[in-house]
Amino acid sequence: MSELKKFLEIGSSPHITSGDSVEVIMRNVVLALLPVCLFSVYSFGTAAALVLVTATLSCIGTEHFLCKMTGKASTIGDWSVAITGLLYGLTLPPDLPLWMVAVGGIFAVAVGKFVFGGLGSNAFNPALVGRAFMQAAFPQAMTHWAVPFGDTRFVDLPASTLAWPFAQPAYDAVTAATPLAAMKFDGIQAANRELLFGLSTGSVGETCAVLILLGGIYLIARRMMNWRIPMSIFTTVAVISWAFMLYDPVSYPTPAFMLFSGGLMLGALFMATDMVASPITNAGCWLYGFLIGVLVVVIRYWGGMPEGVMYAILLANAVSPHIDRFIQPRVFGTGKGAG
Amino acid sequence: MLDMAQKDSFRNGVHPPENKDETSALAIRRFPFAPVLIVPLSQHLGKPAIPVVREGQEVTRGQTIAKADGFMSVAMHAPASGLVKRIALAPTISGTMAPSVYLRPHPAASQEVDDGEPCDVAKASPDQIITAIQQAGIVGLGGAAFPTHVKLKAPEGKHLDILIINGVECEPYLTTDHRVMLEQSADIFMGIRYLLRATGSREAIIAVESNKPDAAKKLTESCPQGLPVTVRVCPVKYPQGAEKMVIKSLLDREVPSGGLPADVSTICVNVATTAEIGRLLPLGRGIQERVITIGGPGVGRKGNYRIPIGTTVRFALEKTDAAKNVSRVFLGGPMMGPAVSNLDIPITKGTSGITVFTTAESGTATGHQQIYPCIHCARCIESCALYLNPSHLGLLAKNEEYTQMADEFHLMDCFECGACSYVCPSHIPLVQYFRVAKNMVRKLSATA
Repeated sequence: MSELKKFLEIGSSPHITSGDSVEVIMRNVVLALLPVCLFSVYSFGTAAALVLVTATLSCIGTEHFLCKMTGKASTIGDWSVAITGLLYGLTLPPDLPLWMVAVGGIFAVAVGKFVFGGLGSNAFNPALVGRAFMQAAFPQAMTHWAVPFGDTRFVDLPASTLAWPFAQPAYDAVTAATPLAAMKFDGIQAANRELLFGLSTGSVGETCAVLILLGGIYLIARRMMNWRIPMSIFTTVAVISWAFMLYDPVSYPTPAFMLFSGGLMLGALFMATDMVASPITNAGCWLYGFLIGVLVVVIRYWGGMPEGVMYAILLANAVSPHIDRFIQPRVFGTGKGAG
Repeated sequence: MLDMAQKDSFRNGVHPPENKDETSALAIRRFPFAPVLIVPLSQHLGKPAIPVVREGQEVTRGQTIAKADGFMSVAMHAPASGLVKRIALAPTISGTMAPSVYLRPHPAASQEVDDGEPCDVAKASPDQIITAIQQAGIVGLGGAAFPTHVKLKAPEGKHLDILIINGVECEPYLTTDHRVMLEQSADIFMGIRYLLRATGSREAIIAVESNKPDAAKKLTESCPQGLPVTVRVCPVKYPQGAEKMVIKSLLDREVPSGGLPADVSTICVNVATTAEIGRLLPLGRGIQERVITIGGPGVGRKGNYRIPIGTTVRFALEKTDAAKNVSRVFLGGPMMGPAVSNLDIPITKGTSGITVFTTAESGTATGHQQIYPCIHCARCIESCALYLNPSHLGLLAKNEEYTQMADEFHLMDCFECGACSYVCPSHIPLVQYFRVAKNMVRKLSATA
C-alpha cells in the first residue's frame, strides 16, 4: 500500500502557470518583424540583408561576450537581444558601411542594455540608444539614402557597404531624399500610396507602413503589445497635424503623411512599446503615447532634423519611470469605488 | 427565480483551465474510516478549541470532544466512534506541530451519528442560532475556515441587507460545491432559512458560475415557495469565489480596503457551509465529516467524497489509488492550495480537496521554469482583481521594502489568489514574495 513517493515537491501556490514565457513573447516579436525584414531586403537588395544580419549578430555577440566576461550565464536565449538587433538594423540607412553597423550594435547592447543591468532594467530602448549613437557619431553616413528598387540591388553591393573601417566610405552617385526630408527642405509631400506600400526611401525597415501595421496587429491580437501606446501616439500626431493643416494647408502636411512617413509606424508599434522602457499602467501608456506624439510633431515641424521619432521615444523613455510613480492603479475598495 | 441576464463580473482576473469535467459528474460517496483519525484542536481561524475528553476515553460519533474557547473559536466533534488514544502534537499543513486528538475508530464502527439538542429554525432567536452554529463547529468550508457564527453578527451600526450564498467554486479541479448544490439543495435552503433568521437579511442570492448550469437549474427548480432567494449565474472567471469578488460581480459594490462585507451591507457564506448548517442544526449535530474532491492527474479513483475529519492525506490517497509518480500534492486546488510536505497531515474542516500532480505535469508547474527579470509586461496588473501593482510590489519585496509595500501599495489587501504568478511570463514567484512580505509586516507591527 505505501507505494507513495517518499519525496514530494513543495512550492508556493499557484502550482500552475499560463504557459507564456518571456522567451515566447520575444520570439513572437521577432516573428512579427520578419515580414518587415523581408520587404526591406526586397526593396533595398543584398545591402539591406547584410545590414540586418550584421546588426543582429553584433548585438547578440556583444550580449553573449559581456555575459561571459562578467561570469554570468549567457542571456541570449531569451531572444530579447535578437529584437534589439533587428530593430536597430531596421532603423539604419540601407547602404551604411557594415563596420559602422557593427560598432553601433555593440554600443546599443553594451551601453543601452548591459550597463543598466540587462533585460528588464534598461531605461531606454537599446535599439534606439544604438541609433542615437550612430546619428551622433556618423551624421553623414546616417543621412545617406539609397534609391529603393535599384535594378542591380541583388547583384551589386553599394560601394559603401564594404568600406574599410575608419576609411571615408565612397558613396554611389545616385541617392534619394526621404519623404520627410523632401517635405521639410523642399516642401514636396509624398503620395500616401508610396508610404503605405514602401515605394519611397528611408531606413531599412521604415518604408512599408502596411507590413509594420500587420506585425503590430499580430502582437496586439496575441496580447503581447499594449495597443494603447501606438493608438495614443497615432491619435496625438493625427490630431495636432490635422489642426496645423487646417491652419495652413500649404506649409503643413496631411495627418496621413505624418503617420505613414519616416519612422513613426516602426517606432510607435515596435520601439515605443518596449515593455521595459514604457509605463506599466494603461493610463500611464496613454500619457506616454501622448508625450511621444507631441514630441514627434514638435521635432518634425520646428527641429533642425526632418525626423524626430527616435528622440521623442528616448525622451519619453526617460519620463516613463516618473509616469509610473505618479500613475498607479486605483486599489479595489479605495477612493471613489469604496462602499 | 433564475437570473441569467447578469453579464457583469468583477474586473481583471484570469481563466486557468478548469479541469472539473472528470469529477463534476461523480456523485458524492462515503469514505471509509482510517485506522487513526487525527483531529486538530485548531482547524479554524481564532483560538484553538479546549478538549473535553481524556486519553483512553470512549467517544461516539458526533460527540463533542472539544469546546469553543471564547467567541472566536468553535467546537470539535468526534468523526467516528472509538477510543481517544492520546491528545498530542500532530503535523499540520503549515509545517508546524499542533495539539490534536488522536482517535482510533472501533473496527467496523457504524456510521450512526449522535444527535444533540435540535435548533428549530421557526422558534430559535438569532442569538440562539448563532450559538448553535458555533456549537456545531461550523467554519467556512470554502477553505478559509473562518468561524461562520462570527460573521453572522453584524458589527455595531451595520446592517446585513443581502445574504450571498457563494457557490462560485472558481478553483480548478474542485467540484465539491457543485455536487453539494446538485445533491443537497434541500439542505442549502434549510441553511438559508437559518442564516436569514440569524442575520436579519431581507433576501439571499445564490451565486453560481456559468460552468455549473445543472446546479443553477436544480437550485432554481427546488427553491421553496416564499423563500426570498435568487439564483444568479456569473460568467466563469478566477478568483470570483473570493468574497470581495463575488460581491462585486453580483451587486457591483466594493468592500472597502481593509473592511468587511458588512461595510457594504452584505454577508457571504459558502454554499457547502450553508448546506452543513441546514443538515446539522435541525438534528443538533456537529461537523464530523466534509465533502472534498480528490482529483488531479495523479489520482486513480477521482471523485467527490464525504470524508471523516482527521483522515490523513496518506490514507485518502492510498484508498483512491494515487499514481506511483506523484510529484506534488496540495490541499485544495492548484491556484491557492498549499503544497503538502508530509502525507500524514489530517484533512480538516477547511480542506476543500486534494489535488495530485505527477511528474508529467512538472513541465508546466511553477518552480520548474527559468525565472527571468520582470519585463513590465503588465499582465499581473491586468490579472489582479484588487487592482494592485504586483510588478512593483515584487520589486519592493526583492529589496525588502516591506513597510512601503504595506503603506503605499496595499500589500495587506492581497488575498494570495495567485493570478499574478499564474500569468507572469518571467515566472517570478510573486505570491510567495507577498506571503513573506505580509509575514514580515505582521512581525514588524507586532514588535513596533
